[in-house]
Amino acid sequence: MAEVLVLVEHVDGTVKKVTYELLTLAARIGEPAAVFVGSGADAALPGLAEHGAATVYVADAPELTAHPVAPKAEVLATLVAERAPAAVLLASTAEGKEVGARLAIRSGSGIITDAVDVAADGTATQAVFGGSVIVQSKVATGTPIITVRTNSVAPQAAPAAGTRVDVAVELSAAAKAAKVVDRVEQAKGGRPDLAEAAVVVSGGRGVGGAEGFGVIEALADSLGAAVGASRAATDAGWYPHQFQVGQTGKTVAPQLYIANGISGAIQHRAGMQTSKTVVVVNKDPEAPIFELADFGVVGDLFTVVPQLTEEIGKRKG
Amino acid sequence: MREVDSATMKIVVCVKQVPDSWAEKTLRPSDHTLDRESVDAVMNELDEYAVEEALRLQESQGGEVVVLSMGPSQATDTIRKALSMGADAGVHVVDDGLHGSDAVATSLALAKAIEAQGADLVIFGSESTDARMSVVPAMVAERLGLPQLTFSSSVSVEGGTVRTNRVTEYGYDVVEAPLPALVSVVEKINEPRYPSFKGIMAAKKKPVSTLDLAGLGIAPAEVGLGAAWSVVAEAAARPPKAKGTIVADDGAGGVAIADFLSAQKFI
Repeated sequence: MAEVLVLVEHVDGTVKKVTYELLTLAARIGEPAAVFVGSGADAALPGLAEHGAATVYVADAPELTAHPVAPKAEVLATLVAERAPAAVLLASTAEGKEVGARLAIRSGSGIITDAVDVAADGTATQAVFGGSVIVQSKVATGTPIITVRTNSVAPQAAPAAGTRVDVAVELSAAAKAAKVVDRVEQAKGGRPDLAEAAVVVSGGRGVGGAEGFGVIEALADSLGAAVGASRAATDAGWYPHQFQVGQTGKTVAPQLYIANGISGAIQHRAGMQTSKTVVVVNKDPEAPIFELADFGVVGDLFTVVPQLTEEIGKRKG
Repeated sequence: MREVDSATMKIVVCVKQVPDSWAEKTLRPSDHTLDRESVDAVMNELDEYAVEEALRLQESQGGEVVVLSMGPSQATDTIRKALSMGADAGVHVVDDGLHGSDAVATSLALAKAIEAQGADLVIFGSESTDARMSVVPAMVAERLGLPQLTFSSSVSVEGGTVRTNRVTEYGYDVVEAPLPALVSVVEKINEPRYPSFKGIMAAKKKPVSTLDLAGLGIAPAEVGLGAAWSVVAEAAARPPKAKGTIVADDGAGGVAIADFLSAQKFI
């Protein structure tokens, strides 16, 4: 059975959940093989084996992380040439898509981004235009390269050997031309990453101002959720723009999305339409966001949301 | 690598005309390509930041700003908009054979056009609001062997070196490379200027050249819908969502939501 390469997303060996989701999808197509670039592979091996990686290719030369994007693409291109895998799966993060892009050109392969499902024959499902159109696509040339969104599938335990195979790759001069000269970490405030979060609580125009986001944050914290905002709220300067959910912001597909004071313009729906369960609080019964609601309350968010937060606190004891 | 003097730096900004991001978009049933006729066409919003950044670099360093766009004939409107903001000249890659090109083919046409310009710095927006793949800048960098400094929240050029802050999940990486190089910029890196009346009048006199496939040295078989390396087998409107339960707040709306969340096992 042909291998399916999965590029591991990790921070110093701590593997992100999306990697286990990719391994689960890879097992549908062939034999999952993880590709680990960077330091900390030993810490990652047990989890990768537990989720189905028969082989873990490890490339940990320091120069591989001293330059953005291109080294990972060249490691994968080398493995694609040597191992002729059935497909390569990557996370649909900004970097994952760029690594896939360079790999596509380098290996003469087609690429599909932002898949929400992958079938055994490599057919990928995408929700385009913000989820209003469902598309089935297939790579027709080269090795299928598919980037998959977080939360597309539940990761499954499927214990495999997880045999470590070290690989050495000679980087091209072009890959080494851009250098990372400093890494700056910015405080995240303890909430989960918006794109990865299982629950997202968002506020929009109805929140009325920066101070109004206090009730949104309180609800988010009661659920261990990330906070999002609509374009109207970020443009008004009520909430930082990196939390914007929508066509020009982040696309999220959490298990639960709670939209508060958001009317549901296409600009916003495009970023959250594929959420599994949607709860809406809005004063205006005609707001288009109610069309997406599994459960909605027509009412003032400043009474409904604090009451909900309090009730969650009680029930969680 | 050739030395670049920033005073004579040639900046090529790539812009794309897209359907207005506030409008509903659909696919043409005949070939699953975007129906560009049914909605207003505008400059991709994220490319406005790219044009603005190019103009700011020009204002501080000198040099020339050329705006490059690939698209059908009406894409000249988007080129004119960039010229009215202040870019010096436009290049329009236009050929019926390009219709339906995927990202791989688009990156080929843009790479050839950029090469022909002899750019010292190439600037892209970080994604288009229609396709939203965010892959073309990386593909063009790979094709041209240019250093890739994408997802930049700040860009500066000094003495033939470009330095950017690359947005990451945890903050940002400071990335440096010698020119020539390729940059993409994120939303809100700057406040794009509005074209002034004077700028709009001046844009009418600025040169816009066109390039077709033959001019780029690309064979028709390499691009367009037929050459796509990934193909759409099927496209369908998302099935309408089953209608949810909507209740009016009777003073216990928050409790009603908590009941729903409990029933769904979220609490």
